[in-house]
Amino acid sequence: MTHAAATHHTSMGLDSRKMAFWAFIGSECLLFGSLISTYLVYKGKSVVGPYPHEVLNIPFTSFSTFDLLMSSLMMVLALAAVQRGDMKWAKIWLFATAFLGLIFLAGQVYEFTSFVHEGLTLQTNLFACTFYVLTGTHGAHVTVGVLWLLTLWVRALQGKLGPAHALTVEISGLYWHFVDVVWIVIFTVVYLIQ
Amino acid sequence: MTEPGQARERAHPNIGTYLRVAAVLVILTVLEVGVFYVPAFHPMLVPVLLVLSACKFALVVLFYMHLKMDSPFFSFLFGAPLLLATGVLVALLLLFYGTLTLRGAGGAGG
Repeated sequence: MTHAAATHHTSMGLDSRKMAFWAFIGSECLLFGSLISTYLVYKGKSVVGPYPHEVLNIPFTSFSTFDLLMSSLMMVLALAAVQRGDMKWAKIWLFATAFLGLIFLAGQVYEFTSFVHEGLTLQTNLFACTFYVLTGTHGAHVTVGVLWLLTLWVRALQGKLGPAHALTVEISGLYWHFVDVVWIVIFTVVYLIQ
Repeated sequence: MTEPGQARERAHPNIGTYLRVAAVLVILTVLEVGVFYVPAFHPMLVPVLLVLSACKFALVVLFYMHLKMDSPFFSFLFGAPLLLATGVLVALLLLFYGTLTLRGAGGAGG
């Protein structure tokens, strides 16, 4: 099915899929807004340790932040490649985006594991509970994004992704960039402002 | 013929713009981490970090998510819930940490 046949425009002349996805991203803002609010409201109210300054590893998380920012760059390069019909580079950038997402997830698994070894489990204190729920929800979103990107990559390898599907890649990019901007906020609010 | 809504959408940025935005994002991240480690900045750590973070947020949303070029309606769909979430966050912080209480400013009126 061609892109033209699959596209449905609203009465405003905008693509309905893109509009629906922006509405979804708006709802995600409220989800993460509530989680970040909860973290901040309970900030500094833990009565037992470990406390944030004892466990948070800023250099390691800075690398994760850099990794996610670069994955966003790879994503826009993938979209640009698909739009100009350069499927060879589209495949490379799509895989690079997913790979950087996997590195971020591996970093999060390492971080959570080291925290648990230091005695910080979900039930330890208010910091642990709100921290794990916030960053864990973000990690779940990254996981969905990586699976989505790998699906697009496989479709590109099969020759089923081309310039006609640029909007599909753009929408997956919107999701990926949203995950990135949420991390920009989490990195500042949770890690740097202790 | 171009439909009305599509006419408002401009072409996406070129690769050069994407690379320049990425360079600025990396510089802002380095500044954030630098500010965190330099004791001289600690008195104004929170406002500086919030401004740097807001700049990074805006760059990604405007250029990588194409809100600068896309229909203003998409900006509304994203901006309205973002504003609501920010309002809820500020209200909760004022309730828990500020002088604003459920009984009014400074707890007066009880």
